[in-house]
Amino acid sequence: MSAHEQFAEDLALYALNALEGDDRSRLERHLASCAECRLELEQLRGDGALLALSTTGPRPPARARQRLLDAIAKESAAHVRTAPRTTPQRGSAWGWLGWAATAAVLVVATLLWKDNSALKQALASANQQGAQELRELQDLRRVTAPILSPDAQVVTVVAVKTPPQPGGKAFYLRNRGSLVFLATNMPPLPPNKAYELWLIPTEGAPIAAGVFKPDAHGRGSVINPPLPAGTQAKTFAITVENEAGSATPTSPVLMVGAGE
Amino acid sequence: MKSGDQGALAELYDRYSSIVYAVALRVLGDTGAAEDVLQEVFLQLWRNPGAFDAARGSLGAWLAVITRNRAIDALRRRRPETDIEDVVVSVAPDLAADADRSRAAEKVRGVLGGMPAPQRSALEMAYFEGLSHSEIAAKTGEPLGTIKTRIRAGLITLRKAFQT
Repeated sequence: MSAHEQFAEDLALYALNALEGDDRSRLERHLASCAECRLELEQLRGDGALLALSTTGPRPPARARQRLLDAIAKESAAHVRTAPRTTPQRGSAWGWLGWAATAAVLVVATLLWKDNSALKQALASANQQGAQELRELQDLRRVTAPILSPDAQVVTVVAVKTPPQPGGKAFYLRNRGSLVFLATNMPPLPPNKAYELWLIPTEGAPIAAGVFKPDAHGRGSVINPPLPAGTQAKTFAITVENEAGSATPTSPVLMVGAGE
Repeated sequence: MKSGDQGALAELYDRYSSIVYAVALRVLGDTGAAEDVLQEVFLQLWRNPGAFDAARGSLGAWLAVITRNRAIDALRRRRPETDIEDVVVSVAPDLAADADRSRAAEKVRGVLGGMPAPQRSALEMAYFEGLSHSEIAAKTGEPLGTIKTRIRAGLITLRKAFQT
């Protein structure tokens, strides 16, 4: 891993949330495009977890169990589980705990809407596929609402080599088999070719998850392709295939994602 | 864990509450605060059972890491650094069974005991006190580079102890 030696020590610190300042921003920029380092980060977090596992101590007080079960019973009764927002609890120290779940939903929403507004601008200046893209935009708005839940798995697909910076984001809800994939800065393709998205399951062969051709601005999307229900996704990948698509990948992987 | 299954959560609590409480207590040093973190970790798990992906590692390790993160944030009075959904942990040993976990815990304690004291202490300051690398450097009077090297070396030593 000699190309990444400079980051090796920073990664270890980052894994323990002990890295700050410029070092941290530099590492985060690197991580955005380096799957190898992301994997090492995962490993280092696991090594850190061993520290947590080494702790011993008294068992929790018996009342804590009932307190938990009571809290859960109350939440189930109030159907609070369907809403990501939680009300702040007694004591200001815990007020922020509800923020985390809410923020995750909000961040996803912002990303999508930003993409849509840029798409809208592209629409205003490009007459050609205008009607088609407008339909896709409306589709996107309609389908993203059910996708925006804390259960959605978010995977960022980044290029294996750097510039230009093609990128994509997949929003996958396993229980519904819902998939929304948005790609940006995709290089143009010859007329008979298309990009194909693959769902890489935790077990078994890659599953075809839709084809797309980038528009004049390098944008593409795949919305709710037919997928076998309940498939557990390890990650997503992209290859180039004939424009009708292929049942199995026939070319090398161009882009691959890691969980984030 | 199917959503709505309170019995399943109670079982998970019975199995993992001691590790969650132990980590919280180690970080916070206060039984009331530790109990609050214990409560919140299991409540978060109840609300979002999809956050843990069983294919990626052991639930015990995942819970331990979530707990440590939450407890550090409480200790340092700051907003959570990561959402529980973001945490992915790969741990080599199979820690599903209690016996495996306590064997692993003993092994880690042994490895820590065998580490050079400055290395162990840098790891513990980062992990259980939530200090940043510059704070550790300031506290120990050592250069930043030395702290970075010690922490990475410590983690790799732990990793190697569990590689067969």
